[in-house]
Amino acid sequence: MNENTTNDPIIICEDVHKWFDDFHVLKGITTTFKKGERAVICGPSGSGKSTFIRTINRLEEHQRGTIIVDGIELSNDLRNINLIRQEVGMVFQQFNLFPHLTNIKNITLGPIQVRKMSKKAAEEAALALLERMDIADQAYKYPSEVSGGQQQRVAIARALAMEPKIMLFDEPTSALDPEMISEVLDVMRELAHSGMTMLVVTHEMGFAREVADRVMFFDEGVVVEEAAPADFFDNPQHDRTKLFISQTLQH
Amino acid sequence: MEDNTLTQEIKPPDTSKGPVRWLRDNLFSTWYNTILTCLGLVFLFLFFKGFLTWVFTQANWRVIPANLQILMIGPFPIEQVWRIGIVFCTLLTLLGLSAGIWRGIVLQMAIAIVGVCLLLLLIPLDVVKEAENTSATLEFNLNIFYLIFIKRIWLLGGLVLLVGTFFIGRKKDGLKKWIIGGWILSFPWTMIMLHGFGENTISTTNWGGLLLTLLLAAVGIVACFPLGVLLALGRRSQLPAIRWVSTVYIETIRGVPLITILFMGSLLLPIFMPGDFQLDTVIRAMVALTLFSSAYMAENVRGGLQAVPSGQVEAAQAVGLSYSKTMIFIVLPQAIRAVIPAIVGQSIALLKDTSLVFIIGLIELMGIRKSILGNQDWTGLHAEVSIFIAVIYFVFSYSMSIVSQEIEEDLGVGNN
Repeated sequence: MNENTTNDPIIICEDVHKWFDDFHVLKGITTTFKKGERAVICGPSGSGKSTFIRTINRLEEHQRGTIIVDGIELSNDLRNINLIRQEVGMVFQQFNLFPHLTNIKNITLGPIQVRKMSKKAAEEAALALLERMDIADQAYKYPSEVSGGQQQRVAIARALAMEPKIMLFDEPTSALDPEMISEVLDVMRELAHSGMTMLVVTHEMGFAREVADRVMFFDEGVVVEEAAPADFFDNPQHDRTKLFISQTLQH
Repeated sequence: MEDNTLTQEIKPPDTSKGPVRWLRDNLFSTWYNTILTCLGLVFLFLFFKGFLTWVFTQANWRVIPANLQILMIGPFPIEQVWRIGIVFCTLLTLLGLSAGIWRGIVLQMAIAIVGVCLLLLLIPLDVVKEAENTSATLEFNLNIFYLIFIKRIWLLGGLVLLVGTFFIGRKKDGLKKWIIGGWILSFPWTMIMLHGFGENTISTTNWGGLLLTLLLAAVGIVACFPLGVLLALGRRSQLPAIRWVSTVYIETIRGVPLITILFMGSLLLPIFMPGDFQLDTVIRAMVALTLFSSAYMAENVRGGLQAVPSGQVEAAQAVGLSYSKTMIFIVLPQAIRAVIPAIVGQSIALLKDTSLVFIIGLIELMGIRKSILGNQDWTGLHAEVSIFIAVIYFVFSYSMSIVSQEIEEDLGVGNN
């Protein structure tokens, strides 16, 4: 547990199931994330880890069980979904920046249109965020004109501009060239120390060991093992986890 | 020293050729290419010789100046031509203000329109000399002078307004909302202005020529756009009822020729209309063209929607944007930009499709052609009149095409 972690649960998942047609992706996930907690989710591809964090802001709909985020249950009620999405920021593997808008407009769109912030206030906040991401000089360029690492930092700034309570990261460094991974991880590390609740799907085991309060290992739609990083990496309990750790740490 | 040779700048090999070299490489590289080139030249020479001889010696071009008025405005009463002038000036004023405020694309459209106006300004100038020698009556000649004078006044006035308001618009950023409102009101304003009221009423049966062609095309192109976007979104909707209705509409309209829709508009619609209520023929044509065009527009836009990656929608949703805001700010701008060539292609097609409204008794450009050729004085001059009309269509189609290329460049399609 880090110094920011509280005992207040902010995400409560009860027996969450999800199917893609007949394929059972999530087979009953039950877990609770506390306010300020940093959880790293890892596992082989196809294990359901991305699908799981995407159910938390309802980019994927779960078909059984309950998910309660910040006291609001996710249901088909559009108002609830939009309320939750305002509280949950998300960063994607492919950045998904809006290519027809400049970097700063990518960031201010949400605050202006959803939070009803004035244009001026939103731009000031966006510039402060870009400063924090160390890319203030890229504000008025288009996403296609900056590097992958910078694009991902713009994407993080876009999510933070909504002042979310929770940040979801879906393999944020997997699409990056090796020399750009560290600049994104630095930003995430800084964010973690600021006390943000973070759920991170990643293969960066060094980051997990250093920053996470808890590592969850997914395989075939279930949480096989979850533990504090020290226990998880040095003393894994399940054979499947042992195999995964030995394979990933070889690199 | 080795570092130097590695980083030394090496220029790409020079592949440019002189014109003689180009000719030899491309046209006279082998004996059979030489023969083909010579045959081609002979063919081109014969064709152009024949065509140019006809244009300059045989063709009877007097038919154009003598009928210029009717070609431009149809049977619209000449003493009421100021109505057209006012509409023209209103539109150019709006355009000038918009070009000043938004610049970019709108400015390019404005420049294209200035180009077309200058062309129109120049055409009647040549016509004046010719008109003096025509065998037509003196009165008729005066009429032409009058028309040309008036037309030039309005054209010049419009151009001055366009340029003037452009500079005003550059300094007044706060006018945006008013101008958008102005554009929306410009349609009823145009219709009322042209129609007039009281004893000066000009029935729409007197609207014709290029005036009617442009009016129908402009309304069709502008009105089919929002309808097409809604239909495209409808066809991709999650709600089965909306999806079903949109699909049936699009497929039905696309499965039927435009002529049929025009016919239905003019023959069937009045039957369903209650009692004495009569929808004007021109309005009916506008509705039919819009309904027809919107189905094709919907499919164009849908093509663009499919080109937008799903990650864009997810990112917008993750920020908390509602469905409509996601569409307006994220999806549609990218979708429409991807299909600008298709949209412009369809607009050009619609401009030419307006020639089919003769079927419901309207006399646009092609209808005027028919009535000119029906006149005893001008029988047999098919080629002259047709070529002139073709040039008019070409000028408008080509300027639309140029605007579309400028828009693409402006938006950096394929770059961002």
